Amino acid sequence: MKRFNKVVSVVVASAMVMAMAGCGSDANNGSADTYKIGGIGPTTGGAAAYGLAVQNAAQLAVDEINAAGGVNGYKLELNFQDDELDAEKSVNAYNTLKDWGAQIILGSVTSGCCIAVTDKTKADNMFQLTPSGSAVACTQYENNFRVCFSDPAQGAASAQYIGENGLASKVAIIYDSSDTYSTGIYESFVNGAASQPFEIVTEEAFTADSKTDFSVQLQKAQDAGADLVFLPIYYQEASLILTQANGMGYAPKFFGVDGMDGILTGVDNFDKSLAEGVMLLTPFAADATDDLTVKFVTSYQEKFGEIPNQFAADAYDGVYALKAALEKSGVKPSDSVSDICEGLKAAFVEISIDGLTGAGIVWDAAGEPNKAPKAVIIENGAYKAM
Amino acid sequence: MSFIKYLISGISLGSVYALIALGYTMVYGIAKMLNFAHGDVIMIGAFTTYTICSTMGLPPAVGVLAAVVLCTLLGMGIEKVAYKPLRKASSPLAVLITAIGVSYLLQNVALLIFGANTKAFASVVSFPAVEFADGAISITGETIVTILSCIVIMICLMVFIKKTKAGQAMLAVSEDKGAAQLMGINVNGTIALTFAIGSALAAIAGVLLCSAYPSLNPYTGSMPGIKAFVAAVFGGIGSIPGAFIGGVLLGIIEIFAKAYISSQVADAIVFAVLIIVLLIKPTGILGKNIQEKV
Amino acid sequence: MKADFMKKLKSNKTLRSNLITFGMVILAYVIMEILMAAGLLSNLLKGMLVPLCVYAILAVSLNLTVGILGELSLGHAGFMCVGAFSSAFFSKCMQEAIPIAGVRFILAILIGALCAGVFGILIGIPVLRLKGDYLAIVTLAFGEIIKNLVNILYIGIDENGFHFSTKSSLDLNLSENGKIIIQGAQGITGTPNDSNFTVGILLLLITLIIVLNLIHSRDGRAIMAIRDNTIAAESVGINITKYKLMAFSISAALAGVAGVLYAHNLSTLTALPKNFGYNMSIMILVFVVLGGIGNIRGSVIAAVVLTLLPELLRGLNDYRMLIYAIVLIVMMLFNWAPVCIGWREKIKYKMKSRKTVKNSGKEA
Repeated sequence: MKRFNKVVSVVVASAMVMAMAGCGSDANNGSADTYKIGGIGPTTGGAAAYGLAVQNAAQLAVDEINAAGGVNGYKLELNFQDDELDAEKSVNAYNTLKDWGAQIILGSVTSGCCIAVTDKTKADNMFQLTPSGSAVACTQYENNFRVCFSDPAQGAASAQYIGENGLASKVAIIYDSSDTYSTGIYESFVNGAASQPFEIVTEEAFTADSKTDFSVQLQKAQDAGADLVFLPIYYQEASLILTQANGMGYAPKFFGVDGMDGILTGVDNFDKSLAEGVMLLTPFAADATDDLTVKFVTSYQEKFGEIPNQFAADAYDGVYALKAALEKSGVKPSDSVSDICEGLKAAFVEISIDGLTGAGIVWDAAGEPNKAPKAVIIENGAYKAM
Repeated sequence: MSFIKYLISGISLGSVYALIALGYTMVYGIAKMLNFAHGDVIMIGAFTTYTICSTMGLPPAVGVLAAVVLCTLLGMGIEKVAYKPLRKASSPLAVLITAIGVSYLLQNVALLIFGANTKAFASVVSFPAVEFADGAISITGETIVTILSCIVIMICLMVFIKKTKAGQAMLAVSEDKGAAQLMGINVNGTIALTFAIGSALAAIAGVLLCSAYPSLNPYTGSMPGIKAFVAAVFGGIGSIPGAFIGGVLLGIIEIFAKAYISSQVADAIVFAVLIIVLLIKPTGILGKNIQEKV
Repeated sequence: MKADFMKKLKSNKTLRSNLITFGMVILAYVIMEILMAAGLLSNLLKGMLVPLCVYAILAVSLNLTVGILGELSLGHAGFMCVGAFSSAFFSKCMQEAIPIAGVRFILAILIGALCAGVFGILIGIPVLRLKGDYLAIVTLAFGEIIKNLVNILYIGIDENGFHFSTKSSLDLNLSENGKIIIQGAQGITGTPNDSNFTVGILLLLITLIIVLNLIHSRDGRAIMAIRDNTIAAESVGINITKYKLMAFSISAALAGVAGVLYAHNLSTLTALPKNFGYNMSIMILVFVVLGGIGNIRGSVIAAVVLTLLPELLRGLNDYRMLIYAIVLIVMMLFNWAPVCIGWREKIKYKMKSRKTVKNSGKEA
């Protein structure tokens, strides 16, 4: 029996090595007729909703661009790999994409994974554009750019907005202390709040392991007399918080950031009346009536049966930004990865795109987009500019 | 005042844990295996009810019934395909690992069928909240129904095991499979029945979990599943009243830790209390002390 | 002399088995190095070489607890977490002070192993008094506590020394040129990338030497005696607590080493449920059980196969994790179900008898 085990495992192991070594030999950079874009994000696991949104929207944008004749006469090709929200798997995904011959990276979707991948793209000098990695270190090298706002930009901007508009005098914060994105915004908010005319009365946390019951956090906010609750978290947890606050009869103002976008559309069957009066800083509104958004939302819904969220919008803009930069730089698919990266780096600071997440978005050399977050308030189940 | 509010929150949360823990402890007590897939059966139950009630628009009773039937069949199927072949394996860990495999499988099947988007589960409880002290304190209908279900299920299980032939057969199987077989008990049938009951309880737990905390996605069951496992151990795994007490206590400790110590380290405090209890009473609060024989 | 050795090799089954294990690892290393030098290795596999070593070390170290000591631990990832964070903290602090990567990394490994080992002793003293599933749940609890506490830990450094906080990086009150080393849930960013495949293989070999030597030593036999019958072992004068702690803390320290390797392979280190939570502990247990409880070589093979499997299934896209789960269940049934073992025995017997028939035919 033992010998049998051994034989089986040796056969399996060698088959695996052969398979993997086999893939290695045909990896080549610079295929002749397509730009190869590699996408990375979580498409399984607890964060799958974000990764799948990016995957779907990026594919949609790629298909549209190809149908309209491609870029510089060449087609785009997207290969999206799962990273399960794990930095190590994200690097594996990146290496898989390299084997496939990726020339540009669109990802990773989440901050922690994105930081791990930046090191590898830096070493290979491959251009990396993250649609939604908001931590500062996601754009630490000159080949890293992002579409979304950075954490400090959102946190400080929120504090400033609340202060300048006199929205509240006592603010409570509920954040996810086990999440990079949430703690990042929380810290920059507290930092920015120091110079604002309101007072932070409670700062309560929850973790990935206990995110069903928020009664204590809400109770504390209520007891402290907070008239505004700042929620630097994603919409799934926010939907529970709104439901539970309603259940206990606590009705402060709720203020969210871009992770809150999706509260109206991302949770199936959610009672939208609970979100009435919620304010958020967001670059994207799925029910905006401009042509671009309407077209995007309709075709996304047709194809994937869901209303896109802010992740999808960032990814869609990301692909169009890549298109603009590729056109501007004139790099060809046959160029080396490094040449494409240099070309895109130079072109990215010169382009300006009108996207779903803002008109006339431009980038600086540090990789940060310059677009103003729009404050919106939810009224009658729809966003309304404030 | 806020103390009473926190206590009620704790009992609400704890009653959900208790309900899940009852199914856990039932399977553990009889089949002597930790069914790590229990939390995912809960999720399947909740999705079934969601599909029938929210998507197809049928009344909640139909949804709950369908969830119970489907989960019972699912539980028996899982037992037959994945656990039964390993019952006589040389280590009890083998079936534990297969249960983990089943857990991954159920999560990924749900991901493919229902998608990753979170669903807001519409509560199946139409019972109004009960209010005290001029509305300052209120207990939601979900909490009342959950606690009542817990108590009813607990009593039914205890009566079932003590008074019926099938229940006595379960006890016999849990004591000694070989001897039970010699006494003419159908061991395979009895264990299949145990899984059927455990999974039916999981379906009810899933529906009530999502009624109380209306957020449903393919991973909804895994964390409450682990917490309920902790609760079952806390109360003395295998003991039915122990699961109830363990679950409620765990919920109260979790809420109090958040309320009075720190919401950042609440998880750590819950687990620390568990460790202390187990060190003082190594088989849980109501666990039997098994004397070791030489 | 040489003949002596060969004779010993033939008669001594354990020695032969150990040499096969070492030979397998070294062979794998040589093959990989040759493939790499020839440029035949895919980027994916190149990137996975260090993680494969990490998981192999973890599986071997957990097998010491589960297979040899006979106790179920569900908190192994906690020790890995301690090793990873303590060593990454050290490397980050000493990046300027010790510019030679090799020296710094060796020190980091020692520190990681030491910290994890100390945690092993501290946790082992209370935990090892418990039995079976209760012990399992308490180790799980400790693992979760470690993960939770690491997530709220903030440490920074400036000219006045170290600053600690459990609230936020603002509470550290750092001076202007201070730097944050551990930033709560955002973890440690920018750990020097000191891990490589050669170091990984060396650490795996050292782990194997330590564990295999322990198993076949006097101490190891005492540990296995405790596993097989505690009361009998005690009655012949074996110090139960000492040997249990010994196995548990060595196992923890080795998990710490795996953590060091893990932390120095990625530039970002965060304590997520995925990498240091109970999910990871369970995953390591899966390696151990699939490879065979108490079978050290099996652990290494199972860790490699199960780590590579999801990557090889990437072509299946959406169905990847689904197929992975099914393969896991089937492999478990194949390896453990008495029915399957019976089938395999039958096939083997048939093959053997065919061989004998052939041979006897030749002779005639």
